[in-house]
Amino acid sequence: MSTQSHSSSESQSYYVPSQSRWPLLASIALFLIAYGAGSLMNAMSANSGGGVGLTLLLLGALIMGLVLTGWFGHVIDESQAGLYSDQMDRSFRWGMSWFIFSEVMFFAAFFGTLFYVRTLAVPWLGGEGEKGVSNMLWQNFEATWPLMQTPDMEAFPGPEGLIDPWHLPLLNTLLLVSSSITVTIAHKALKQNRRPAVTLWLTITVLLGAAFLVFQVMEYVEAYNELGLTLQAGIYGATFFILTGFHGMHVTLGAFMLLIILLRVMRGHFSPQSHFGFEAVCWYWHFVDVVWIGLFLFVYIL
Amino acid sequence: MASVDQTMSDGHHGPARGITRWLYTTNHKDIGTLYLLFSLLMFFIGGCMALTIRAELFQPGLQMVMPEFFNQMTTMHGLIMVFGAVMPAFVGLANWMIPIMVGAPDMALPRMNNWSFWILPFAFTMMLSTLLMEGGGPNFGWTFYAPLSTTYAPPSVTFFIFAVHMMGISSIMGAINVIATILNMRAPGMKLMQMPLFVWTWLITAFLLIAVMPVLAGVVTMMLMDIHFGTSFFDAAGGGDPVLFQHVFWFFGHPEVYIMILPAFGVVSEIIPTFARKRLFGYASMVYATASIAFLSFIVWAHHMFTVGMPLAGELFFMFTTMLIAVPTGVKVFNWIATMFRGSMTFETPMLFALAFVVLFTIGGFSGLMLSIAPADFQYHDTYFVVAHFHYVLVPGSVFSIMAAAYYWLPKWTGHMYNESMGKLHFWLSFIGVNITFFPMHFLGLAGMPRRIPDYALQFADFNMVATVGAFIFGFSQLLFVYNVVCCIRSGKQATDEVWEGSRGLEWQLSSPPPYHSYSTPPTAEQLSKASH
Repeated sequence: MSTQSHSSSESQSYYVPSQSRWPLLASIALFLIAYGAGSLMNAMSANSGGGVGLTLLLLGALIMGLVLTGWFGHVIDESQAGLYSDQMDRSFRWGMSWFIFSEVMFFAAFFGTLFYVRTLAVPWLGGEGEKGVSNMLWQNFEATWPLMQTPDMEAFPGPEGLIDPWHLPLLNTLLLVSSSITVTIAHKALKQNRRPAVTLWLTITVLLGAAFLVFQVMEYVEAYNELGLTLQAGIYGATFFILTGFHGMHVTLGAFMLLIILLRVMRGHFSPQSHFGFEAVCWYWHFVDVVWIGLFLFVYIL
Repeated sequence: MASVDQTMSDGHHGPARGITRWLYTTNHKDIGTLYLLFSLLMFFIGGCMALTIRAELFQPGLQMVMPEFFNQMTTMHGLIMVFGAVMPAFVGLANWMIPIMVGAPDMALPRMNNWSFWILPFAFTMMLSTLLMEGGGPNFGWTFYAPLSTTYAPPSVTFFIFAVHMMGISSIMGAINVIATILNMRAPGMKLMQMPLFVWTWLITAFLLIAVMPVLAGVVTMMLMDIHFGTSFFDAAGGGDPVLFQHVFWFFGHPEVYIMILPAFGVVSEIIPTFARKRLFGYASMVYATASIAFLSFIVWAHHMFTVGMPLAGELFFMFTTMLIAVPTGVKVFNWIATMFRGSMTFETPMLFALAFVVLFTIGGFSGLMLSIAPADFQYHDTYFVVAHFHYVLVPGSVFSIMAAAYYWLPKWTGHMYNESMGKLHFWLSFIGVNITFFPMHFLGLAGMPRRIPDYALQFADFNMVATVGAFIFGFSQLLFVYNVVCCIRSGKQATDEVWEGSRGLEWQLSSPPPYHSYSTPPTAEQLSKASH
């Protein structure tokens, strides 16, 4: 934005950026995305097209993309110009850690939903336990998990089949766990300043992430086309798709972040001592990996 | 940390000229001011809705508004006051005071700080615009229980959901900034247990925000899926459960109410020692009590749902954990009183608001204790007793503490004294108005008047009339506050650096108003020890 003047009279100084247009532009973009998505969904549910909603949504997404590019680009330039002290580095670390903690809590809401439904709500509906009285609503309903027969099969036709955890999900587990290992190898290589190895192992990580996503899409296609496992298939489908779906979105974002880091490595960014952007993306990638382990256990196997 | 990099392009150290100062700012004081002004605006918008409600309830029968609109008013009043007035006010205070109190050059992540603010006007524009949409605005109460907010909701609920998402993003970023500032930007030598209590309470509040705002995002996302994508999270026909909504909502909702009161505890813990001219009694126990309250807030949520049909073990667990909260809260009230014990007290406006806070918040705490008794709650649930309870903790609790903070720090922010007599008049009108409004609601509730209704049985008429009179006294007396603030900014007499005789903290060592960038070098050990609590 403005030319940065850096006075390094003191050994350590805290960089307070000058005025910035990015936050306001980002707010406008967020508003357009939210308003556009809302209009689009309402129009879809009312079966009345969705022209203006979609336009606003896309416009907002476009502006947001430009803003993020500009804003992060600005931060990268500042970092490359050496404006950031060790203390700034710690601020970034706290920021990223607490951001990941907020993501943990976001997933906790959906895992909590899954546990509550499995251990309390569905058994009660089936007449078991202290609140089994709710069985009076659908007296023929029997509680099972996974829930194949919903109480009202006309409104929510239950799934006919389930995803076999020992095929695609197992493969995906192996892919994601090994991608966590490869990104760690890349990080080690960066610390030892072996840059070709960094590029190689990061590329492998991105490819593993992309492969995971491809298999996840294949799994969804199978679920919808062959198993009748859909969003409308009762509570099993609902929890299945919200957990795996949001995880998939996070993998997409993580893979995109890895790609950017890869491009930065190829441009010669990061030093063996100072590479927080790299580390932040690693943390994020490990986080999506851990969430997947939880999914594999509680959604697919158990 | 040693010095601040001033990177203003023109080389000056003051604010930019014109509107861009406010639009593009990265200065914690500017952003704090924006938050506070936004909160004041929302306070009046939410207040107009409250007066609409009270006007309708002045007499039994339907006089002013249709029941459908009445429901939109109760819903929007709650949402605006919680998310638009109280929370942004505390974030504004945090922005202004935390960097100054810990001796930091600014917030840790200044650009993100600006983003946290500027999301809010857009989110609330969207939220308020739902009132003009086909089918009306949200009408399901601020707690938006499913299926009222899913199956039976007006189409505008979609925009409500996205507005909540935006507020959540804003809150989480704001909280991350607060934590990073407190943990990483303290002046060299300032230990955690030397921080002012306002900073401590905000550190814990920020943690609560980061922990529960994503859960709120999760629950509105599930609503969105149920409404538009055919899932059955909150529909028993597909194996889901409407009660699930309440569990997830209140897992957010209970910590949320502490998000609105812990910073208030911090404010009061700053003000009472100043005007009692004594150090705060029991500093360490205040910190531990705050942390205990925050911990307990995660394991009490279902006390909001005693009547919904939970297993007996659940009722008992949530009843006893809720009662436990009285212990750390009692520690706090005891410490405030002990601080005043044998102090040389004076009663300027901030102190009056702080004292009223201690007394009236305690009344709200006790009615909360009554509500925590599960068998008794079967009688009180969804009556005006609940309305009386949470308004006692939120209005003479949170709002009074915000008023106290505004009067306390206004001379520091503006460099001018406010008009003390007008401040005292504002206090007494507010104090009397608040009690006339909310005290009779206890009786109404115990007599069985349900909340969220536009019409009521004749035996409730007298107390409702009294409450409405009180509400108008309280509402209009807030205009005095605005007038006082405007006069203070424009023509108040010059304030000294210390402002108050008994003031101690770091903020009172800076000039009034403080320089645009508070510290170009961090405060010295001598300054820190002078300010230590």
